[in-house]
Amino acid sequence: MIEANELTKRYGRTTAVRGLSFTVRPGHVTGFLGPNGAGKSTTLRMILGLNRPTSGTALVGGRPFGALPRGLRDVGALLDARDVHHGYTARAHLSVLARSNTIPRRRVGEVLEEVGLAQAATRRIGGFSLGMKQRLGIAAALLGDPPVLVFDEPVNGLDPEGVLWLRTLLRRLAAEGRTVFVSSHLMSEMESTAEQLVVIGRGELIAAESLTAFAARGTRRRVAVRTPDADALAPALLAAGASVEAGTDGLLTVTGLPATRIGELASHTRAVLHELIPRSSSLEEAFMELTADSVEYTTAGDVR
Amino acid sequence: MTIALPAATVPRPRFRDLLASEWLKLWSLRPTRWAFPLTALIVVGIGVNGALADYRNFPQYSEGVRENFVPTWALRDAFPVASAMVLMLIVGTLGALSVVNEYASGLIRTTMAAVPARRSLLSAKVLVVTGVTAVFGVAVVAVSFTVTQAILSGRGVSLSFGDPDVLPSLAASAALAPMSALVGLGFGVLLRHGAATVAVTALVLVLLPSFVGQEEAWTAAVKFALPLNAWQNLATVAPLHVPPPYTPSPTHSWVVLAVWPLLATAAALALVRRRDL
Repeated sequence: MIEANELTKRYGRTTAVRGLSFTVRPGHVTGFLGPNGAGKSTTLRMILGLNRPTSGTALVGGRPFGALPRGLRDVGALLDARDVHHGYTARAHLSVLARSNTIPRRRVGEVLEEVGLAQAATRRIGGFSLGMKQRLGIAAALLGDPPVLVFDEPVNGLDPEGVLWLRTLLRRLAAEGRTVFVSSHLMSEMESTAEQLVVIGRGELIAAESLTAFAARGTRRRVAVRTPDADALAPALLAAGASVEAGTDGLLTVTGLPATRIGELASHTRAVLHELIPRSSSLEEAFMELTADSVEYTTAGDVR
Repeated sequence: MTIALPAATVPRPRFRDLLASEWLKLWSLRPTRWAFPLTALIVVGIGVNGALADYRNFPQYSEGVRENFVPTWALRDAFPVASAMVLMLIVGTLGALSVVNEYASGLIRTTMAAVPARRSLLSAKVLVVTGVTAVFGVAVVAVSFTVTQAILSGRGVSLSFGDPDVLPSLAASAALAPMSALVGLGFGVLLRHGAATVAVTALVLVLLPSFVGQEEAWTAAVKFALPLNAWQNLATVAPLHVPPPYTPSPTHSWVVLAVWPLLATAAALALVRRRDL
């Protein structure tokens, strides 16, 4: 279990994290979402005792992590896969960490096997791709067989096969009763993995709830409808409370109604549908909507 | 519903495992493995070169030099100033790299997330670095002494370990290695940046002494507070008829050689605990 209580971090005049409170419970994967620069990494560093909160507390298993003598058996963490020294081999890197925490040597071979790096064990990390470093970081996190796992953007650099592997791993770790806290700036990554979400923007909490509850917040879902009978369908959609934008070639962009309802209305008005496509998942929509005001870096044309 | 994890028996944290971990960390890096033998070769080589020159030129030396050759010049050949400077520079750099490597690469975050007890972690590193460099210093100085004196014995002007002044002189030379390593390590924690740390370490250990004279009482005080000069005061025996002004006592110089690494270590331990990574 991870508990953040009124966690605040200021760097000079900028506030990276402001009054953040949430609880991450064992037994399921909890996604930690926010746009770039929202304060996710700062929060994770405070949880791991690497950065000192300006005020507030972060507890792991009821204690501040920084007060523990050794960490690997309590929390396995992958903060940045590049936090390694290129001169070591994968095996040496893990052996140093294992030894510092009184973890038997055979565990190094086991975790290398687990993450698929057994073949690269004696290669120096300097020659690793980012994906391989992610796997090495995950191996390090698993070394102590910890009840709590924290991963910061673990998908970066992984190939599609690696992403699939990671999702399975995260779900398995959670199913084993562990607390699994995974950050990402992409909702789509979380959809198929997380059951719980902690969403932040500009260092403040936006939501801490189940995935289902969060998805229900998306109100402005858009659906692309292509029909030769736009003249008949559009008034019906408008009457049902949607807003409709007509494009070329019979394309209607409908906002405010789910695809199922649009299908029903099409049936009632006997409009032929050629396409009926939800433009984005409700989760993605909810995420975009709720974080729209808190996006730190936007391109000039992207002002909302 | 939470499934309880198998209650594994968690061993008590052991400091000696931190030592073993730091030992492994030091020797798993390729540069460490060749830096020590290479440094030994250079340091001993400088001594041998001087001893060979003295052996060749001995018949041409003036009566005064010949008279003072034992112990003054024989002791200098055993471990010349150039040897001391090279040793301080390289071992100081190795000490600095032992922490800067971790800070610059980001490994420090991985390490400290694994061992939140930062002071224990740094203490283990300090002890491993001290132990390794102390053994290295003793070995290099002993080899340099043995080889140079073997060369000089061909002229009958060599020293043996049992002669007066020899052991204190060699001890001071050997102490340079751990002293420099810890000063480098301290600056490493302070500055966390490779080039800056190496530059400052070299400045303090090797360059600064040549900017300070000893003609006045106060400049002499500053000069003999520097490690290289403290070493020189302990390791060399001045010819009897040229007493240098304002020379401090051996105890004073030993204190200087001890205070530098102690201050560096204390500063590092104080800094490492509170700082964000």
